[in-house]
Amino acid sequence: MRLTLRVWRQKSAKEPGRFETYEAKDISPDLSFLELLDVVNDGLQQRGLDPIAFDHDCREGICGSCAMMINGEAHGPQPAVAACQLYLRHFKDGETLTIEPWRARAFPIIRDLIVDRSAFDRIIQAGGYVSVDTGSAPEANSVPVPKPDAEEAMDAAACIGCGACVAACPNASAMLFVAAKVSHLAKLPQGQAERKPRVLNMVEQMDREGFGNCTNHYECMAACPKSIHVKFIAQLNRDYLKACRRR
Amino acid sequence: MSSIGKKALMAASGLVLVGFVIAHLAGNLLVYGGPSALNAYAEKLRHVPPLLWSARVFLLAAVAVHIATSVQLAIENRRARPQRYRVQRMAETTLAARTMLPSGLLVLAYVIYHLLHFTFRAAHPELSRATDALGRHDVYAMVVLSFQQPPIAFAYVVGMAAVCLHLNHGIGSAAQTLGWTDERTLRWWARAGRLLSFALFIGYISIPLSILLGLVG
Ligand code: HEM
Ligand code: FES
Repeated sequence: MRLTLRVWRQKSAKEPGRFETYEAKDISPDLSFLELLDVVNDGLQQRGLDPIAFDHDCREGICGSCAMMINGEAHGPQPAVAACQLYLRHFKDGETLTIEPWRARAFPIIRDLIVDRSAFDRIIQAGGYVSVDTGSAPEANSVPVPKPDAEEAMDAAACIGCGACVAACPNASAMLFVAAKVSHLAKLPQGQAERKPRVLNMVEQMDREGFGNCTNHYECMAACPKSIHVKFIAQLNRDYLKACRRR
Repeated sequence: MSSIGKKALMAASGLVLVGFVIAHLAGNLLVYGGPSALNAYAEKLRHVPPLLWSARVFLLAAVAVHIATSVQLAIENRRARPQRYRVQRMAETTLAARTMLPSGLLVLAYVIYHLLHFTFRAAHPELSRATDALGRHDVYAMVVLSFQQPPIAFAYVVGMAAVCLHLNHGIGSAAQTLGWTDERTLRWWARAGRLLSFALFIGYISIPLSILLGLVG
């Protein structure tokens, strides 16, 4: 098949960016979206041009590295997949695709489609952990976890931190990410000891990073490659307001 | 203050105003009971000044908190994405959710006009001066004479459309912001909010429309 790509090219955060148009001809519809970029990059390099810089690692939807807006949708038009698991057969032959980086003040552009997502790391450092003595692994059955709680915690823990929620949000809010991280520990007995400082500190860091405020459009849930539910945002709001009252 | 703190204040003050909007409609519907019912109700409200004034101060405070937080949040949200996308497709959101600031500003303009009209009686003084046979201010006559003027009736219908649009998203959104929802009740709240906002719209516009069409008055 044949596709026309309009790709955002920007050498660094300081330089202005612009769209460049590339033609991809005779490509297999079984390629993944990242493989399409690989093919385009091969062509660019053969012509002595700079390849398109994009983040990727696992290419199987678990690491959260790949990140791009494809035709105005985070990770493209298929629900519940990351860009690395998006296949060209979902596009029409001859289609023109616009490819942009995540756009948010808290995610400054490094180069082309690569943005700096370390704001997420700093939010995790502010409280997205449990403090326990490591060493020998404890007996798994010594802390019983009710099945529904374990399921919900796992649903929240499915977050791979890719930033699609921020990218898709009309306000560039990081609430779904923070909600997933807060909720997965709030649902487990091991998370209880630090539950209050965790939610207060993570929200404080989220605000400091310059993300927007959630106004409940729920675009994040539609864009999330792991289909994280916005019920976790309600959980985050509940936990936060409760922690404020008890402070 | 934190983002969630500001949003909780915006949501709580918004719900206080929703409570007022519901109670106010219940009072207004007395227009269908004729002049004696409406005028007696209006007289009763004015009868206990301390109660009237504490309610007014409370509502004014809610409006102030609501506008201060919502405008600040809206400004922060604009700043959070300095460079817009060339192409952005929305999948979940609604027209009402995307127009909260404009619909809110329209509501504000409407509220100011409405207070100038019926509370301070400065907008159309010639329609507002009558007293009834018992010497009470004739609220009924004021309402009927006003809504017999098509431009005034039209202004009220537009104002109510703005309120309805604002609450179409606002009620369900406030429940989520205050953490009252879960997977099951999220849709319920959103639907109940839309239904209530639509019911309020119909209830409110029925008054100017039935007077304009000569069914009342
Ligand atoms: C009768 C008057 C009003 C009522 C009953 C009302 C009610 C509400 C409610 C319930 C919310 C939802 C809070 C949330 O999202 O969690 C809201 C949000 C909001 N209101 Fe109002 N409001 C009123 C007037 C105004 C006015 C005059 C403005 C003008 C500045 C305004 C601006 C906003 C904005 C910007 C939001 C947030 C939008 C969003 O969630 O995306 N409102 N309002
Ligand atoms: S490359 Fe790891 S999730 Fe896409």
